[in-house]
Amino acid sequence: MTTIIDQSRNVRPAGAAPVSVAERQRAKARAGGLYKPRVPIYPKLVHGRWRQVKWALLILTLAIYYVTPWIRWSRPGDLPDQAVLVDFDGGRFYFFWIQLWPQEVYFITGLLVLAALALFLTTALFGRLWCGYACPQTVWTDLYIYIERMFEGDRNARMRLDAAPLSFNKLWRKGGKHAVWIGVAFGTGGAWIFYFHDAPTLIRTFWIGQAPMTAYVSCALLTFTTYVFAGHMREQVCTYMCPWPRIQGAMLDDQSFQVTYRYDRGEPRGPHKKTESWDGRGDCIDCNQCVVVCPMGIDIRDGAQLECINCGLCVDACDEIMDKVGRPRGLIAYDTDAAVAARNVGETPKYRLVRPRTVYYAVALAVVSGLMVWGFMGRKDLDAHALRDRNPAYVQLSDGSVRNGYTLKLGNRGFEPATVEIDFAGVEGAQVHSPGHEGDGPVQVELAPNQVTSVRVFVTAPPEAAGEGAQDAAFEIRNGDKTHTVDTAFAFGSQR
Amino acid sequence: MSEPDRDEHSGVELTDHEWDGIRELDNPLPRWWLWVWYATIAFSVVYWVLMPAWPGISGYTRGLLGQSDRAEVARELQELRLARAEGEAVLQAATLEQIEADPELLSRALAMGQSVFGDNCATCHGAGGGGAPGYPNLRDDVWLWGGSLEEIEHTIRVGVRSNHPDTRTSVMPAFGRDNMLTGAQISDLTEYVVALSGRDADPEAVARSGQLYADNCAACHGPTGGGSRELGAPDLTDREWLYGGDRAEIRRQIHNGRNGVMPSWEDRFSPGLAKALAVYVHANAAGDSGAAR
Repeated sequence: MTTIIDQSRNVRPAGAAPVSVAERQRAKARAGGLYKPRVPIYPKLVHGRWRQVKWALLILTLAIYYVTPWIRWSRPGDLPDQAVLVDFDGGRFYFFWIQLWPQEVYFITGLLVLAALALFLTTALFGRLWCGYACPQTVWTDLYIYIERMFEGDRNARMRLDAAPLSFNKLWRKGGKHAVWIGVAFGTGGAWIFYFHDAPTLIRTFWIGQAPMTAYVSCALLTFTTYVFAGHMREQVCTYMCPWPRIQGAMLDDQSFQVTYRYDRGEPRGPHKKTESWDGRGDCIDCNQCVVVCPMGIDIRDGAQLECINCGLCVDACDEIMDKVGRPRGLIAYDTDAAVAARNVGETPKYRLVRPRTVYYAVALAVVSGLMVWGFMGRKDLDAHALRDRNPAYVQLSDGSVRNGYTLKLGNRGFEPATVEIDFAGVEGAQVHSPGHEGDGPVQVELAPNQVTSVRVFVTAPPEAAGEGAQDAAFEIRNGDKTHTVDTAFAFGSQR
Repeated sequence: MSEPDRDEHSGVELTDHEWDGIRELDNPLPRWWLWVWYATIAFSVVYWVLMPAWPGISGYTRGLLGQSDRAEVARELQELRLARAEGEAVLQAATLEQIEADPELLSRALAMGQSVFGDNCATCHGAGGGGAPGYPNLRDDVWLWGGSLEEIEHTIRVGVRSNHPDTRTSVMPAFGRDNMLTGAQISDLTEYVVALSGRDADPEAVARSGQLYADNCAACHGPTGGGSRELGAPDLTDREWLYGGDRAEIRRQIHNGRNGVMPSWEDRFSPGLAKALAVYVHANAAGDSGAAR
């Protein structure tokens, strides 16, 4: 339920004469044309609880981002010693003690599904916390505004500086700001590429032109996007480019905690003198502090809106004012639409965290997490697949026996070499043979560590054991005391 | 227009577009969006100048960078040939037996051999070497000219009834077409061949054609029908039939005497590649049951 408070916008009265398209175009041109210029936003520095949380999360998330590639993790042999590494050249993903192969990409898919479900659940419960606190766009924009403030001062000083004519003072402040911005942007793009190559090696090769081209391109691209998105685009990215503001409406309902202006308490608003009574009026003194601190440039008193990233800076700003004028805090707070509407008619608000949608999301989250854990526990050191020859499906030999050809793909996921014994079960009297191996019987194969070995295997069965059509059979691959069974088939058609 | 042209909730102008009562708001685009659009136009102009772009009557604008996909492909193929030449050189230096005994060389030979087989041999012998009527099955243990590594490599090199001076060659006469035997005699011989492979045949016809077989066939196929390696004459006693084993096909072969041709590949394959191919064919075959003969 969205409550519209702002009735000041121009609504064409019913029965007014229709306006032609051409007239509308002219009206638009008068009002700034078909394209809307960006209105600059000068967010004012605010102090308070949520600002503290934002600083803490900013430091934490940036620290994780910059430090992670430098963590070392010892692995045997020539394997990389980087704890977190997406090794495209070697086709491996390393995460501390975990190593994923490309064919296990479903774990990454599962992680993304988990991330999406966690986002849905958080949004249904507490609104767009991701947008307000953890999204890289928000974190880097916050960092860039911090840098901007270092050079140009707070809101009023920045507005004065922008309005002032060009001078040495303006030039060095603006120049310094952009220089540091570009430095941070380069640091951002530069840190990204360490996730894909050995960091200590890359930081050397990068400067002498010997790093891979992808590293330079990725670094340049992320430097550019960081500088443009965090420095210049800012709230425009959220409002115009990001799909999430459009999607999140489907997760929210009137029981979701969001940054809310409690109009039941604030209205009617108006300026207040110290000597005046608070009777018969709202607590909102119309000081506009919630508007000037907003990084999205909106007025939260208009109600929940697409642009709001739920960051809570207006909560801090309003609390500060309420303290000054001697009214209780929380005129703007994390609250639900339903609670505000209930208070507005004098009822006691009820908060319901357990709702059908939060239950769906929580159950889905638990199920997918369970599947992930189950799949991960069931991972084997040996990844075995049997590809049966389709052409020819079988060959009949001069003594009437039947031979099928197979290619076994044996992936040794461990870091040590392994010796496995390949045998065939399910067909009476079947003999196993592999090129390069003497005689018949179980085939011994050396599997090099951390790679897939391809083995050609032929199975010959006596005519009486080879039934018509395909019969179920299996390769038994013995690795020490463990036996992996790989299901396959043994085929025989009618004699040609 | 009869509808009010502003949205009553947001106060934003409406366009004329309407779907089932839902009307589109006419919000202005952000200005930067227009700049991005101009930037893409500017990019396309730069691209036209640098890269091949505009088609003409007899050619196209080539662009300042001289980019050419054809040249790129030719360069990549050349690189590929060089990379392959290294692998071929390694195989050429080893004997066939050494290749088969060394796991590393073997896997290299199998990979190269499979690729070469698919490009050159699969057309007749089938993608997996399973053969087809008239084209021998390379996966079983029956060989016309021998199934050892050396024999296979030699056959690949010189071919069968090819234009190579040392080609493997022999001729199956067209007994019927060239009027060497009468139709009745060919019918009797057909029964004789059926009997040779251990199947039921007309005993009278078999008795009649014993002398015919000895006079006309035994020189190559042997007195007991076991065939001959020197002449590539098929074994008539086994279950493997190059041109089909039923009476009609056997009769047709005696009448017409089809002689299959396999080209010589000496000029097409480097010695290393020929070795890889021989090892691949040998590795996929089930040995040679006729090697003792």
